[in-house]
Amino acid sequence: MTGSAPILEMKDISKTFPGVKALSNVSLTVYPGEIHALMGENGAGKSTLMKILSGAYQADSGGEIRINGQPVTIDGPLTARHHGISIIYQELSLAPNLSVAENMLLGREHTSGPMVDRRSMEKACQTVLERLGVHFKATTKVSELSMAERQLVEIARALIANSRILVMDEPTTSLSSRETEAMFALVRQLRAEGLAIIYISHRMAEIYELAERVSVLRDGSYVGTLVGDEISAERLVQMMVGRDLSSFYKKEHDAHQSRGPVMFAVRSMGDGVRVHDCSFELHEGEVLGIAGLVGAGRTELARLIYGADPRTTGEVFLEGKRLSIAEPEDAIEAGVVYLTEDRKNLGLFLDLTVRDNVNVNVLSRDARAGGVLNLKTAKQRAAAAIRALGIRVAGDVVPVGSLSGGNQQKVLLSRLLETKPKVLILDEPTRGVDIGAKSEIYRLIDSLARNGVGVIVISSELPEIVGICDRVLVMREGRLAGEVGGAGHPPVTQENIITIATGVREAAE
Amino acid sequence: MTSPNESSAGMQATGVKGADAASQSLQRRLAWRSTLQAIGMLPVLIILGIVFELMSGRFLSFQNLSIVMQQASINTVLAAGMTFVILTGGIDLSVGSILAASAMVAILGSLIPDWGMLGIPAALLAGLGLGLVNGALIAFAKLPPFIVTLGSLTAVRGLARLLGGDTTQFNPQLPFAFIGNGTLFGLPWLVWIAFAVVIISWFILRRTVLGVHIYAVGGNPDAARLTGIKVWAVLLFVYAFSGLAAGLGGVMSAARLFAANGLQLGQSYELDAIAAVILGGTSFVGGIGSIWGTLIGALIIAILSNGLILVGVSDIWQFIIKGLVIIGAVALDRYRLKGSART
Repeated sequence: MTGSAPILEMKDISKTFPGVKALSNVSLTVYPGEIHALMGENGAGKSTLMKILSGAYQADSGGEIRINGQPVTIDGPLTARHHGISIIYQELSLAPNLSVAENMLLGREHTSGPMVDRRSMEKACQTVLERLGVHFKATTKVSELSMAERQLVEIARALIANSRILVMDEPTTSLSSRETEAMFALVRQLRAEGLAIIYISHRMAEIYELAERVSVLRDGSYVGTLVGDEISAERLVQMMVGRDLSSFYKKEHDAHQSRGPVMFAVRSMGDGVRVHDCSFELHEGEVLGIAGLVGAGRTELARLIYGADPRTTGEVFLEGKRLSIAEPEDAIEAGVVYLTEDRKNLGLFLDLTVRDNVNVNVLSRDARAGGVLNLKTAKQRAAAAIRALGIRVAGDVVPVGSLSGGNQQKVLLSRLLETKPKVLILDEPTRGVDIGAKSEIYRLIDSLARNGVGVIVISSELPEIVGICDRVLVMREGRLAGEVGGAGHPPVTQENIITIATGVREAAE
Repeated sequence: MTSPNESSAGMQATGVKGADAASQSLQRRLAWRSTLQAIGMLPVLIILGIVFELMSGRFLSFQNLSIVMQQASINTVLAAGMTFVILTGGIDLSVGSILAASAMVAILGSLIPDWGMLGIPAALLAGLGLGLVNGALIAFAKLPPFIVTLGSLTAVRGLARLLGGDTTQFNPQLPFAFIGNGTLFGLPWLVWIAFAVVIISWFILRRTVLGVHIYAVGGNPDAARLTGIKVWAVLLFVYAFSGLAAGLGGVMSAARLFAANGLQLGQSYELDAIAAVILGGTSFVGGIGSIWGTLIGALIIAILSNGLILVGVSDIWQFIIKGLVIIGAVALDRYRLKGSART
């Protein structure tokens, strides 16, 4: 197949966001009739590259995209579609209240005069659906379809648009194993029809089964491409991890000396959908990491513990006592506090002042009789927090939304610390935070642990989790798949974590 | 948690010092912006006053201004309650109907021999109760505020007619008639009451835990829940408060008219109250706004009505001009605070 001319060449693609270089000089060549896997850790730049291909982002100048040898400019989703590029995202982009046919032809409705020609649309769609061998009709409402069937609608949508390049972003994440097999058969059929398929996946088993070639990105750079027999789990993991640990993440406290007795325990926590039967223990003064790929259920697990989402099973124990946590307020009351990964939407009150944001958890405790605010205490707390965490801000009456990411994160952290938590669950504590603030946050985590607070850190950055955690639990597909660090487990290394997270071990067996 | 504080304090000292000069100018800019935001529609209010004075020559007399404030008083009270509701991102369409039902209760209560003053607490309780029903449906049944209060707009209107036997109820010997017609230190009682409601509202919003929680729930309901704020309690409170304010409005209009009519009283009052809140710069999606803005908004609406009559504009044109001024003023506000506020 690779004897033919490439259908897609991306050369020296770079993308700079304010303050971050997301991609630097990445190249990717794809041939018609091949399944080309794209791999890399979370944040390696896969999604950014595909968004440039689909016209959602514009690459920096200097790079080049060629389709069938012709240089093209992709300045928007419409141009991408015009060049025969279709992307099927992890989060499907269908309108559930419309029919399959309406979704497939959204924005390209067949018309006769000013009227939508429903019959012609349905006929055209039905032909494509039959070619895919699906069981539902073009007139079916999307809301009646399963996740797997919705994915087929997305593929059908790409086909009816005569796409020649199909990007599939983790297409099997929400599928059962039988549905996955059907999906594989379909992907192979599309390959036989001469489509070029760019297949993004974290699952080694799928890569082995489907891909002819695998390209690996790391930290926004192109690492290399493996072809055919060269593809092996060990080499891929090595390529994906590759970087050396800088002293930046150096841990200051030694877990095995300071680790105290078990203070916090979670038993068979689950919600029946995204999280299943998770049990673990946390020691006093320990920094426990939870690693895993995007969608492995880390945030979901944390939210279940915190009472933010309803659980179907599971118990939480703090200092030997069972906690009954139905709502976040119960967790806070008990001393279990959660830092959200999405500070703008779920954490801060952007229109309120820094002072109010720092104090909001303890307002009632500080208040005078009748719930009257204690302005003096609030001012003092805010001033102390600004000083202690080094929040750079003109004054405490500034709206928190006007602060930089790192300073916003410090405001949110100081709010949690005001509650004097016993257990602190930090979800991506350094996301969108500059290097300086990062190391300050690491120092804070360390000093909290020294003072006996149990700290759980969820992070997608492997160097971070390896650098600051004493022990790491690895999640995969909603379960705790393994543990590194601690007695009787492999040591905390990026390789060991990614091996468990991607399921290499099972694939090899 | 003292030790983390100490450990990083030293590290920060230099950085903060270096940024002092820059931070001072930023502080000035922020102070200027917040002043602008607080002033809000005050310039519009003043310009309208000057224009009407120039056109009629008798707008700026003490007597006329006193009338304007009196006319603004009931709407101010309703709009104060509405401010709480809109700050949480909600809406209360039922205040006009609740006002009518409460006014009816006030008149009927005032007819009890020797115990006529009972009409006041009875009307307040009626307003509070109806507001609580709204709040319970929104906080516990999690129904959309627009739908719930649209329903009670109609249902409570019916209740008001039912209470009065679908006729106008009179009480020429109203024991609390002074509220509607008397003065205190030269200003009408109605104005004092409205001003007291504004002060109480300011105190709740700016000086109590509840106030911060109201702004928090309106600004980011998901974060509010994750922060441990009892979102249901906040919602229940704001609708109850709005109902109570409407009940007070009922007492005020009953006292002014010596009568209540279930069918006509308070018709479309909710729209004037919403207009006052929005004119006052309160964000329609919640989280931003102040009670002072609402007061100015209510005064603008009253000045428009009064001034247009003084100038001799016909009733029909009054409607058209009032509507256009509301849209224009808010557009001006958006333009002025571009990028810093969302309405």
